[in-house]
Amino acid sequence: MIYVENKDLVIPGQILADDEYYSGRGTFKDNGKVCSSLMGLVSLRNKKIRVIPLKSKYVPKKGDVVIGKINDVRFSMWDVDINSPYSGILPAFEVFGREKKELNKVFDVGDVLFLRVVDVDEIKKAKLGLKGRGMGKFKGGIIVDIAPTKVPRLIGKKGSMINMIKDKTNCKIVVGQNGLVWVKGDEDMEQLTKNIIHLIEAEAHTSGLTNKIKNKLYLAIDGELPPEEVSEEEEEFVLEKPKLQNFKEELEQEEREAEEKEAEEKEAEEDKDEKEDKPDIAEVIEELKKKNKNKDNTISYGDNSNNSFILNNK
Amino acid sequence: MSEMIREDGRKFNELRPIKIEAGVLERADGSAYLEVGGNKILVAVYGPRESYIRRLLEPNTGVIRCRYNMAPFSVDDRKRPGPDRRSSEISKITADALRPALMLENYPRSMIDIYIEVIEAEGGTRCAGITAASVALVDAGVPMKDIVVGCAAGKVNDEIVLDLSEVEDKEGQADVPIAMMPRTGEITLLQSDGDLTEEEFAKAIDLAMEGCLEVSKLQKEALMKKYSTE
Repeated sequence: MIYVENKDLVIPGQILADDEYYSGRGTFKDNGKVCSSLMGLVSLRNKKIRVIPLKSKYVPKKGDVVIGKINDVRFSMWDVDINSPYSGILPAFEVFGREKKELNKVFDVGDVLFLRVVDVDEIKKAKLGLKGRGMGKFKGGIIVDIAPTKVPRLIGKKGSMINMIKDKTNCKIVVGQNGLVWVKGDEDMEQLTKNIIHLIEAEAHTSGLTNKIKNKLYLAIDGELPPEEVSEEEEEFVLEKPKLQNFKEELEQEEREAEEKEAEEKEAEEDKDEKEDKPDIAEVIEELKKKNKNKDNTISYGDNSNNSFILNNK
Repeated sequence: MSEMIREDGRKFNELRPIKIEAGVLERADGSAYLEVGGNKILVAVYGPRESYIRRLLEPNTGVIRCRYNMAPFSVDDRKRPGPDRRSSEISKITADALRPALMLENYPRSMIDIYIEVIEAEGGTRCAGITAASVALVDAGVPMKDIVVGCAAGKVNDEIVLDLSEVEDKEGQADVPIAMMPRTGEITLLQSDGDLTEEEFAKAIDLAMEGCLEVSKLQKEALMKKYSTE
């Protein structure tokens, strides 16, 4: 017996299902019943129930990309605040190998960095590194703070949401999985982007968000609504969304295999669709041109954010 | 039970009017505002977060710390600000009442701070504080087994009644505040002040538990209201 439906809003202690269902993240088993331990949305897949929280703190995980602020400079490492109950450390050898330099000349207190979680030990202390494309210090720009659970929503399917915002506002945007977002562009565009990001955070649990945000963006920048597109496509978008929120869980070892298979099948299907959709060469060329343009706009940091998408869609 | 009408016109098993709102503070991780009769209580939750008081942290689980505080203007006479015997007791029992419901194994060496501010007091603030604090904890996204809820019963004019007001508390013969987890019915707080026979005590607990279930519904409604999509 199951008492809830997919995407239902549940609260802690609420009974979700009977014994024949498996209890996933955000749930626990008590007295033969699967109960929710969080306030969030139900995600049902193959008799496995999970609850995706509306709010939560970031707990560092190996392989994540995060944005952190230098809190302290010590003898051989930096203390980094990664917007989590657990602080991160950036050892000096991760930055300059065996060479010895003065640490505070490279990064000083208050600098904001784009980092990768190299390792997390049993007391959840995160060891950070700078290996990877585009990792390093940010110059200028603003930091926007959102709930880490809303990050997948901000990125959207294959980066649809974030790319739309980037294109429209001409800002460079980098999203860390710890819920910090770096935005750089014109001053008023930075503010607009910040507002848009907060709007996405506030309405992340609603459906049809991409469209809503698109309208808002066009209204704010062009003063008019975007040209009507084929609405069916957008509808499909909406349906796909709940899966996006799960990307973190998808990284989980236990489910990895099963999910990968599914994902592969899905991608294969999608590829087919795309090919059928675009037989016209001219369109393909235009598409390529657009892509190149985007690259020019975001020379250095555009790569970073793409990097994070790749991770997310793993 | 007779059809006794109490001083404020309530029946023996009637609660005072309750209003609960979740997520009222911008900067706190979770918050709640609660009114029960003349009580006005604001709760803020911060965390799980890193704490610099290392000796309080546990290597295998997260810990909670609670502070109950009454505003100087919350009572008729001025309440001398700062912690006193009563508020440190309530701080402790609130933390103890909430702790069994929390699942903090995934947040070792971290701390959750709960601040309960009584803006206006009219009897039964400890139960109201627990009720509001658990709503704030849910709002903060802390994993929990159940939403703890508090309610009191007592003896006034030789009758067992629910949810004592300030007058009833002062002039009555006994006061039994409890807190419980409504799904399993486990009681996480049980205090008793005054004289009760064994029979009356059992009756008082039953009545208070009924009251808890009633308040629990309102808690859930408040949480759902905050995030439901119209």
